[in-house]
Amino acid sequence: MNYLMRRLATFPLVLIGVSIVVFVAIRMVPGDSITAMLGTEAGLLTPQQRDALAAYFGIDQPWFIQYWHWLLGLLQGNFGISSTYGKPVLGVILERFPLTLELALLSMIIALVVGMPAGVFAATHNEKLSDLGVRMIAMIGQSTPNFVLALLIIYTLSAGFGVLPAMGEFSPLWQDPLRNLGQLLLPAVTLGFAFAASVTRISRSAMLDVLSDDYVRTARSKGASARSVIWRHALPNALIPVVTLSGIEFGYLLGGAVIVEQIYALPGLGRMVLDAILQRDYALVQGSVLFIALNFMVVNLLVDLTYVALDPRIRLREH
Amino acid sequence: MVQHLSKKLLSGMMLAAMLGIAAVPVQADATTLHMAWSQDATGLDPHKQTAFSSLRLLELIYEPLVRLDASLQIVPAIADSWQFSPDGKELTFKLNPKAKFQNGAAVTSADVKASFERILDEKTGAAARANFLSIASIDTPDPATVVFHLSQPDAPILTAMSDVNAAIVPASEITAGSIGTATVGSGPFKLEKWDPNSKEVLVANKDWAGGATGVDGIEISVLPDETAILAAMRTKQIDFALLNDPLVATLVPKEASLQLNRVPVLAYHVLQLNPSRKPMTELKVRQAISCAIDRQEVLDTASLGEGKVTGPLTIPALATDPSQLFCYKRDVEKAKQLMTEAGYPDGFSATVIGATGEPPTAAAEAQVIQSQLAEIGVKLDIRMMELNVYVDAWLKGDFDMAIALNGGRADPYTMYNRYWTKTGNLQKVANYIDDTLDSLMQKGRTETDPAARKAIFSDFEKHITEMSPWIWLYTSYSYTAQQKNVGGFEPVPTGSLFSLAKVTIQ
Repeated sequence: MNYLMRRLATFPLVLIGVSIVVFVAIRMVPGDSITAMLGTEAGLLTPQQRDALAAYFGIDQPWFIQYWHWLLGLLQGNFGISSTYGKPVLGVILERFPLTLELALLSMIIALVVGMPAGVFAATHNEKLSDLGVRMIAMIGQSTPNFVLALLIIYTLSAGFGVLPAMGEFSPLWQDPLRNLGQLLLPAVTLGFAFAASVTRISRSAMLDVLSDDYVRTARSKGASARSVIWRHALPNALIPVVTLSGIEFGYLLGGAVIVEQIYALPGLGRMVLDAILQRDYALVQGSVLFIALNFMVVNLLVDLTYVALDPRIRLREH
Repeated sequence: MVQHLSKKLLSGMMLAAMLGIAAVPVQADATTLHMAWSQDATGLDPHKQTAFSSLRLLELIYEPLVRLDASLQIVPAIADSWQFSPDGKELTFKLNPKAKFQNGAAVTSADVKASFERILDEKTGAAARANFLSIASIDTPDPATVVFHLSQPDAPILTAMSDVNAAIVPASEITAGSIGTATVGSGPFKLEKWDPNSKEVLVANKDWAGGATGVDGIEISVLPDETAILAAMRTKQIDFALLNDPLVATLVPKEASLQLNRVPVLAYHVLQLNPSRKPMTELKVRQAISCAIDRQEVLDTASLGEGKVTGPLTIPALATDPSQLFCYKRDVEKAKQLMTEAGYPDGFSATVIGATGEPPTAAAEAQVIQSQLAEIGVKLDIRMMELNVYVDAWLKGDFDMAIALNGGRADPYTMYNRYWTKTGNLQKVANYIDDTLDSLMQKGRTETDPAARKAIFSDFEKHITEMSPWIWLYTSYSYTAQQKNVGGFEPVPTGSLFSLAKVTIQ
């Protein structure tokens, strides 16, 4: 419990660090909200016009004063107003987050459901032709860029079969579950393919390690069936690296899968952050990066807690 | 064949069933035009927005006093008629009595006056203000008449007024400070919903003075990847789309059910030299670069030949035969000779900047130019940048050379005075001016006789290509793709989508 409290106590410190880095970095990049809106036409502005627009976008003060105002707002739960959406930042993020969460979950399910059995299968058929086949597919999965896969899928479906999930308007799960799943299935497969390949490779090698352990040999010599040895004795101990990998991957996916969201036109967090950066929507960039960082920390914490549940030998240090 | 087809159909239906979607989307509302583009509008204030997509959206909602037709002639919009006084210093508009804002109020001269005063007010931050500086005062003798008093004759001002950046907005909305949040225009469509970077929903404005629209509404989806737009058109999810990438556009005609519309645009691809930096300070070096570049090859390689080589004047009524311009036929020997005369027989090194994806051909253009200039010993280092970073460097004139796609205007003065007059706002970007250019531009501004203007700008074109501060390359096409059952769309050189007001779906 103490451990949990201490981990949670570090969250605000990390978040403040992240917020300062983002705040300064996005302002150090050349270009600002004015050039983002006007492009080269910004050159036609008189100094007075520029000042008026800078005041409009709230970028007329030195960065530390802007930061102070933003931080004060944050403490009151106010993330600021997005200049693109004209709405409170938190609302914009929370509108986009369910899609990103759903997509990350779906990809992880695909990765685990496909990757773990494949990894176990390969480990138990070590160095046989079928093992080589699985490893080959996993290698292809890991080395295929997801935009290539996404474009291939879209092209094959639309040109070969004349079908494509509805693009443009996204239906949330609670409004139209069937349409929602139809829209997310292909992106999830795209992301899940590489994810499953990593899971396959890591579960295969973890399984190979465990299978050569003494206790597995003991279980075998006591006459336990091959199935029981693999699924009951070996697999639980091979899970830890899989959990670590899945946790990290899942954390990344919660930050949005920019390219896949772009190609499938999904209004997720990744595309939102990219557009916010391109349009120099400072409040939205700051708010969403903070939100993503928080997600990442929570996922990491959950991963650590899962270790304890999986392996009683691991004790979180209490001192 | 039949068996093959039915198999294909069957597997398609199975896939569709698996994906939980219909193979052919049912169009419940046949009079909604489903449209897609890859870049969304960035804001709703017609006086402030200059991004291409923003203008395309806003011109369906707001109206200026006048408009340009497909041949770039000025035609009525809110104004029925207009007239310059004999001395060219007074411009009078008569407004269309039927013109109404989407809140039901009539468009009056007071709204016109308030709109232009807003544009001219520096606090607004309207970039188009620079085009209206000759307006000394505005009179409104009656609700249907507006008189602009100009400080000097200003022939191009009428064309500048045709831009949606000079849209007429309700005076009441200006007072309320709601321009940019509420959209109350007088145009053919009302904006019902805008979800930035995702979707726009437009519904027909039944009170539009221009008559009934061809469709009841337009739904615009933002599909950031243009190959995905093409895929969505194949499956008939999208009726009409705006395309930027010539690589994608050239795939459209291969689809039997689709039609590609293309029209040469006013915008031009250009290699901007920076004549304030050595050795581009030397006329002969700039001319050598001009002679060493094969413009047609740049066009063919970077843009699949989709476009045409151009001089500075891209306006069809003024354009001349570019082959007559200085060194438009590649001459490497002459280029080498010029380099030697300038004192650079072994060439020099320089950096060329470009914006990633803006235009999509920028990197390819830079590469072709790099290899062409290598032949005269110029070693180019290509630096591609994110658009905003590029714009920042460009506005500061912080580059040796820049690959640019600069916007065109229907009037050459409005298009170029920012660069090629002594007081031009972007003179610090162009970094080159001489008395001839400045005086030709000033003459072009006040001259109202079309033939005389054409001669003035023809001289301007000859002179500037010879001085070679910039190397004009080519103009490309504006592309729209549509299902063949969509009728009535008229592509125009400004890229305007205004004719969507009259588009129908059969």
